[in-house]
Amino acid sequence: MAKKDKKALEIPKQEVIKADEMERTRDRRCYIPKTDIYETEDEFILITDVPGADQDSVDITLEKNVLSINAFVDSEIPDGYDRIYSEYEGGDFQRSFRFSDEIDQNKIKAVVSNGELRLHMPKAEPAKAKKITVKAA
Amino acid sequence: MYSRFRVPSVWREMGQLQREMNHLFEATGGKRALGSPEFPAINLWANEEGQFIRAEMPGIKANDINIDVTADTLTISGNRSHDEAVENTRYHRQERRYGTFTRIVQLPFMVNTSSVEANLKNGVLDIKLQRAESDKPKKIAVKSE
Repeated sequence: MAKKDKKALEIPKQEVIKADEMERTRDRRCYIPKTDIYETEDEFILITDVPGADQDSVDITLEKNVLSINAFVDSEIPDGYDRIYSEYEGGDFQRSFRFSDEIDQNKIKAVVSNGELRLHMPKAEPAKAKKITVKAA
Repeated sequence: MYSRFRVPSVWREMGQLQREMNHLFEATGGKRALGSPEFPAINLWANEEGQFIRAEMPGIKANDINIDVTADTLTISGNRSHDEAVENTRYHRQERRYGTFTRIVQLPFMVNTSSVEANLKNGVLDIKLQRAESDKPKKIAVKSE
């Protein structure tokens, strides 16, 4: 069981597919960061893995309900060493999500720690609690 | 005559082709195993003095990582903890994985276990290992008479 769990933890990195023949200006590989999104009563929480990026190298933009995350990672290769074994490639991270109007776009909070980006997106007032009670006739 | 010799030669040719293909892949550089099934995936650099190991471990605190070094094995183990469950949580997507992990790396040479440096920065773990003095290659002077 333990062995199974260990294997389940690792998923190979997935590269970003080029759209419309457009190329990035940075000559680096770019990957899709693994992301969790969940919703509580008051907010949406997005957690994404951007190892190697800090608060200065993460760009988040929100335009017309599209949230774009760009993380630039500059991992210098250690000096005077030769690479002898490799299981992953370093690179940037890029991903976009489309959100509905129910997010209060002015109150989004973003924190990066330990290579993990965490976004708190509070729900807009009218979207909250729209519970309809059903009465028996 | 026809079938007896024709058939084995096909297998021989296929074997030859396979060897050539293997050779082609091996020739493209050092050992590559991109997409390891184990967590964390590691990259390894080395020189005569020692080794340098890097692993991407986003979202794991330094306190949750254990590193053990014996003469020629390195063990990285730890736990990636999940967010505390809040009531009425609804997942839209869950791609990140959680749980405990153990990774054992066989090192190509003996290391000095007292001078291991490990550094975790922005979710990237760097481990620097020094080669043991007794294990270093000795230079042999060639005398001429």
